[in-house]
Amino acid sequence: MRHWLIPTLYIVFLMLPIYWLLSMSFKTTNEILGGFTFFPQTWTLENYNAILCGYPDVIGGKVPAGCDVSWIWGYVNSLTYVTLNTIISIAVALPAAYAFSRYKFLGDKHLFFWLLTNRMAPPAVFALPFFQLYSSVNLFDTHIAVALAHCLFNIPLAVWILEGFMSSIPKELDETAYVDGYSFSSFFFKIFVPNIGAGIGVAAFFCFMFSWVELLLAKTLTAVDAKPIAATMTKTASSSGYELGLLAAAGCLTIIPGAIVIWFVRNYIAKGFAMGRV
Amino acid sequence: MARITLDNLRHSYLPNPKSDEDYALQQIDLEWQDGGAYALLGPSGCGKSTLLNIISGLIEPTQGRILFGDVDVTNVPPAARNIAQVFQFPVIYDTMTVYDNLAFPLRNRGVGKAQVDARVREIAEMIDMTDMLNRRAANLTPDNKQKISMGRGLVRDDVNVIMFDEPLTVIDPHLKWKLRSKLRELHERINLTMIYVTHDQTEALTFADQVVVMDEGVVVQIGTPVELFERPTHTFVGHFIGSPGMNLLPCEVREGQAFFHDSHVPVEGGKTSAAGSRLEIGVRPEFVSFASEGLSVDVVKITDAGRHRIVETRAGDTAIKLFVDDGMSIPEGTAHLAFDQNRTRVYADGWLAEESR
Amino acid sequence: MAAKTENQRAWFFVIPVILLVAFNAIVPLMTVVNYSVQETFGNNQFFWSGVTWFEETLKSERFQAALGRQLLFTAIILAIEIPLGIAIALSMPRSGPWVSVCLVLMSLPLLIPWNVVGSMWNIFALPDIGLLGYTLNAMGFNYDYTQQPLAAWATLIAMDVWHWTSLVVLLSYAGLISIPDAYYQAAKIDGAGKWAVFRHIQLPKMKRVLTIAILLRFMDSFMIYTEPFVLTGGGPGNATTFLSIDLVKKALGEFDLGPAAAMSLIYFLITLLVSWLFYTVMMRNEGEES
Repeated sequence: MRHWLIPTLYIVFLMLPIYWLLSMSFKTTNEILGGFTFFPQTWTLENYNAILCGYPDVIGGKVPAGCDVSWIWGYVNSLTYVTLNTIISIAVALPAAYAFSRYKFLGDKHLFFWLLTNRMAPPAVFALPFFQLYSSVNLFDTHIAVALAHCLFNIPLAVWILEGFMSSIPKELDETAYVDGYSFSSFFFKIFVPNIGAGIGVAAFFCFMFSWVELLLAKTLTAVDAKPIAATMTKTASSSGYELGLLAAAGCLTIIPGAIVIWFVRNYIAKGFAMGRV
Repeated sequence: MARITLDNLRHSYLPNPKSDEDYALQQIDLEWQDGGAYALLGPSGCGKSTLLNIISGLIEPTQGRILFGDVDVTNVPPAARNIAQVFQFPVIYDTMTVYDNLAFPLRNRGVGKAQVDARVREIAEMIDMTDMLNRRAANLTPDNKQKISMGRGLVRDDVNVIMFDEPLTVIDPHLKWKLRSKLRELHERINLTMIYVTHDQTEALTFADQVVVMDEGVVVQIGTPVELFERPTHTFVGHFIGSPGMNLLPCEVREGQAFFHDSHVPVEGGKTSAAGSRLEIGVRPEFVSFASEGLSVDVVKITDAGRHRIVETRAGDTAIKLFVDDGMSIPEGTAHLAFDQNRTRVYADGWLAEESR
Repeated sequence: MAAKTENQRAWFFVIPVILLVAFNAIVPLMTVVNYSVQETFGNNQFFWSGVTWFEETLKSERFQAALGRQLLFTAIILAIEIPLGIAIALSMPRSGPWVSVCLVLMSLPLLIPWNVVGSMWNIFALPDIGLLGYTLNAMGFNYDYTQQPLAAWATLIAMDVWHWTSLVVLLSYAGLISIPDAYYQAAKIDGAGKWAVFRHIQLPKMKRVLTIAILLRFMDSFMIYTEPFVLTGGGPGNATTFLSIDLVKKALGEFDLGPAAAMSLIYFLITLLVSWLFYTVMMRNEGEES
């Protein structure tokens, strides 16, 4: 099994830091600061408990005393704006990608290129103006603000991926449907959308991914009510000193949503990349 | 160049084949003469591509030997077998020019520069591509790409055989004929063994001197196009070749005489030795005609096919088709059929009686 | 592909996208442009300052140093991640039950929030209690990324390779599995060696996805902010202060709006220009000839 050697070594390299984070999250603070241990000596769920104890607050229950609910809300906030962003991006990208894949129109090439250039805008450049813009329209510290801001780089990406998938579907499909008497909207939703299901899945995966991992804009546009989990982590890490175990547990929990999403699209990831066109 | 012998060959894609059904290729023994033009004909999934890949060395057979001349090449890798193959979809090296594509097999074998140049130019002239030598291969039309992949095979002078795996699939219809005649022309000019795999009977019959017909992993007949047409040794050949295919009439055999619906049908040689669980009389529509007496049938349908008409008749549950030339009258309602005795044969379990295995 | 029909009404399909992206791109961009040509002394009073800020930024040693570090960092990670990613993709089997498991495990780093990546490597590399730091020191290396610029760089590069090589692997792998078997068979028959197969079949067929990979890796590494910010905070000293970190320091830390805006624009333009250059160079052979 010689040809498995390189992928295996690479995966071991990938897993090492993740293992360390995981093992850290099960250690007590004393053990962490006490010195180097490869395995947790005394296993503890205290770190996870400190984060998940706020769970009742989300569904309207009572929270145990001394529990910091900002952790659990961080997760809820992040998932909320990521989901919103994914829905918005796909919803507006679908018709646009259809237009780019099927029609020629004035300025189409320039428009496509301009869209892609927005993928190249460093978020750091936009952080301050975004803060001012969303404050001026009274959206500061809302989920929708972050969801809209992330559209800056996710919509171009979604249009790009979807356009690739759509172009691989022959135009005859459209024409046959019209001949069969479908109206445009019933054709689009009943026939076309199901046909590019894989493409929508891949595009949604990437929107989810880039929105989930981004921190700079999300942090800039929120303060309390919509603060993402990532921001909660940085603030806790810096304000209350070194609570490494807590930080590690929070980090481990951020890996889970991504892992679930990957598992769903595992058969399309490689294909999805191949379809997008340059 | 060499004679090709397939000796007792069998192949299965499963690691431990048990029953006959596990084999993609049933027992095959074949001998192909040096310089012949052969076609492997059969429907999709009949095992013809498997056989091709065994000859080229891309697949190692489960059992049996392949000989090039007197040399056993069963375990020799493709590159060392000195063969060439043209694939269904044109395989060209996109980044190279036509010239470099043609030179590639020679350069890989460390042939000197001057020799490469001379050979490439010679082959380019043969396939009519001299004026395109410096163009990038990626931008050519499919038929030109196929010519290049053929040229890559021709360029080596040590090639034992060139194999074509349905090479005309992606070629425009009006160019298919052109490319096929180019193939024949090349074959006559360089006298190299060529094996042509296809499921299209026209391609096979016009290209090859000898056609090997395969079905479900079995070679059912090897013969010239004329033999396949006039004397199919298996009912599969009968209905696969010809349009429409051979008529098959379930029959009984009593004392060497064939009976269909209790009426006696005279067969080739006057007598048959057929015996088996499924007995059929086979006769091509070309060799059936209307007569004043004989088997009585109902005329069901008439199709105009240009220079002749195809008439479908029925005797009980059995459909019998026949060709009627233009200008001949076709009776209505009930009619009588006559079969050309020398082209009417009895098949037992699919195989022609005299040649049953 | 059939020719596209000319239809100006297609614009209606594109309008929502344009509105959303324009809201996010054009308004903030105009804000930046606005700031970049004005001088302010507080109290919301602004004065026209022309191209002063641009001149100042381009001439400042701080900007040049950050740009230099940025270019060096991007060059190093591209030089490592692209060949490494291709090599890993090449070594993977074309199909089989383990392939999906491999791909899932490899994609994992891509879906971890960037600050968590930073924190994870922070914890992983701590000289006293981190697995990497402890091991290195136990082996006799004097390693402390919070103090030594070289160690900080090495850690950042290792982190980026860890974080992003999988993207190159996925893309290359997608390119590789789309190559029909016939190409490999033809190459075998033509007597091509491993290198010739790579050079003349695999590489050309991967060109399109590799272009995407290089572009994405260039853009994202050039814009990198969160991971180094969390891991090293730009230090020790300014050793790992890349463009984005410097920019955020200037804009939000020092509130030097004019210079920060000018720097933003220069930064954006450099990103665009280099991306365009990459794209043009990679695609220069496409579509030539008729």
